[in-house]
Amino acid sequence: MPLQPAITDVEQLKQHPAIAALMAWNAASVEGAKFDREEMSIYVERSSIRDACELLRQNPDCPYNYLADVTCVDWFPSEPRFEVVYHLLSHSKKERVRLKVRLDGGSPALDSVTAVWPAANYFEREVFDLFGIRFAGHPYLRRILMPEDWEGSPLRKDYPVEGYR
Amino acid sequence: MILNMGPHHPSTHGVLRLILEIDGENIVRIMPDIGYLHTGIEKTCEAKFYQQVVPLTDRIDYLCPLTNNLCYVLAVEKLLGLEIPPKAQWMRVMLNELTRINSHLVWLGTHALDIGAMTVFLYCFREREDILRLFEMVSGQRMMTSYFRIGGLALEPPLGFFDRVKDFAKRFPSKVDEYENLLTGNPIWGMRTKGVARITAEDAIALGASGPTLRGSGIDFDLRRDMPYSGYENFKFKVPVGTDGDVFARYMCRVGEMRESIAMVQQAVEGMPDGPIKAVAPKVVLPDREMMKTQMEALIYHFKIITEGFAVPAGEVYQAVESPRGEMGYYIVSDGTAKPYRVHMRSACLANLQTLPTMCEGRLLADVVAAIGSIDIVLGEIDR
Repeated sequence: MPLQPAITDVEQLKQHPAIAALMAWNAASVEGAKFDREEMSIYVERSSIRDACELLRQNPDCPYNYLADVTCVDWFPSEPRFEVVYHLLSHSKKERVRLKVRLDGGSPALDSVTAVWPAANYFEREVFDLFGIRFAGHPYLRRILMPEDWEGSPLRKDYPVEGYR
Repeated sequence: MILNMGPHHPSTHGVLRLILEIDGENIVRIMPDIGYLHTGIEKTCEAKFYQQVVPLTDRIDYLCPLTNNLCYVLAVEKLLGLEIPPKAQWMRVMLNELTRINSHLVWLGTHALDIGAMTVFLYCFREREDILRLFEMVSGQRMMTSYFRIGGLALEPPLGFFDRVKDFAKRFPSKVDEYENLLTGNPIWGMRTKGVARITAEDAIALGASGPTLRGSGIDFDLRRDMPYSGYENFKFKVPVGTDGDVFARYMCRVGEMRESIAMVQQAVEGMPDGPIKAVAPKVVLPDREMMKTQMEALIYHFKIITEGFAVPAGEVYQAVESPRGEMGYYIVSDGTAKPYRVHMRSACLANLQTLPTMCEGRLLADVVAAIGSIDIVLGEIDR
């Protein structure tokens, strides 16, 4: 269907169950929101991501019980450079939501959500391997796709497509 | 003792390395080590135009190439806001279900072969040969078809194609009966698979499992029925769900899915609508060859699409489909240019592989082989 313009005003999107739950718990955790192409993205403040995920998992109105994906986008050279993206799914309400955390390029670090969903284990290892973002509290943060002695983070924008020889 | 079930192993279904800590025949700890098939597809996609990424997507989960195609083109069509004509949607569903059968035949053949039932392998590949010939008839390629394009299909289905599909759909259900005859009631199969590699529903959800790995434990969730895409609302099908969460439950789920898929193929052939196979979007979809050779505007559009690509409005999209292995998703971020800014493939098998330690620790070494087969991993999807 033809594209509708995105809604980025949090005031208009307050009714969405995920945003309502996060605002009720801690209004400072929601830095922004966007509803575009029928998908809801919520910008979450960095230090509250783990608690926000736990809250959404146990939310009685719409429990986001399934972590579909954890990934990252590199917006080099603009700052904040990295955006770690979490895709959540609610099996019972058949709703998806996307949480995004913006990180600076200097030495990006974030809390791990493996305590909330063990599914995040391999996904966070992959983000660490390919982007170099450290996850505090991860049980086994090692490289997963690249060899153990590899230097560099291949999926960053300043890493060439052809690689280094 | 630490034992390496190395990347070169006939039962690991690809280059999967398992580091096993064993005590006699019992597994104390199991740790999968992946990355032997990593080819950097996500990085490569950032250097190509949107339409050039389509053949790359075939090769990610190489046992269901059309499903990968479908997921990617649906995501880009969502970014563009394109309206796909009904005939293209029904063809996509029909070919997607044939791909599901294709993938489950490989799964059944190799899973049974690992456990020791060698005949099933050849029976499954006999039917798979028919399906590969159907794909070759419609797209020119047996496996990496790239038949779905952004905006619809690549080519018109040839004359006689639907008759061949109908013919296959009539023959296939009795073949599934043959496989079940060999395995389901077989006491050896039962002893190797019942009660083996059990996983509870809560563990499966917490570890991110999807598809038959999740449905075998009793969770009734299928993206085709619950969050439909590409015209799946028009099809009637049941979703087989197991109860025990062991290898046998997952086996029954997938065999049931094969039966449902062939019924859906029959529904698709009978109800196939007429009409165009590509959306009306001159800047995105390549024009018809005859028009391109005779009209100036069509020639210019063709030239511009091939050499410069088409700009996709900025934004991001996550599109998930139900692949034979579970929830396969594509997260595409566009910055307004003709090349995607970031393409991420949510691999169903990567999440399903996380369930392996929970399934196998405390069990016997031989059960690991049954468990790997029952999760149905494809290393191309895990490693990308």
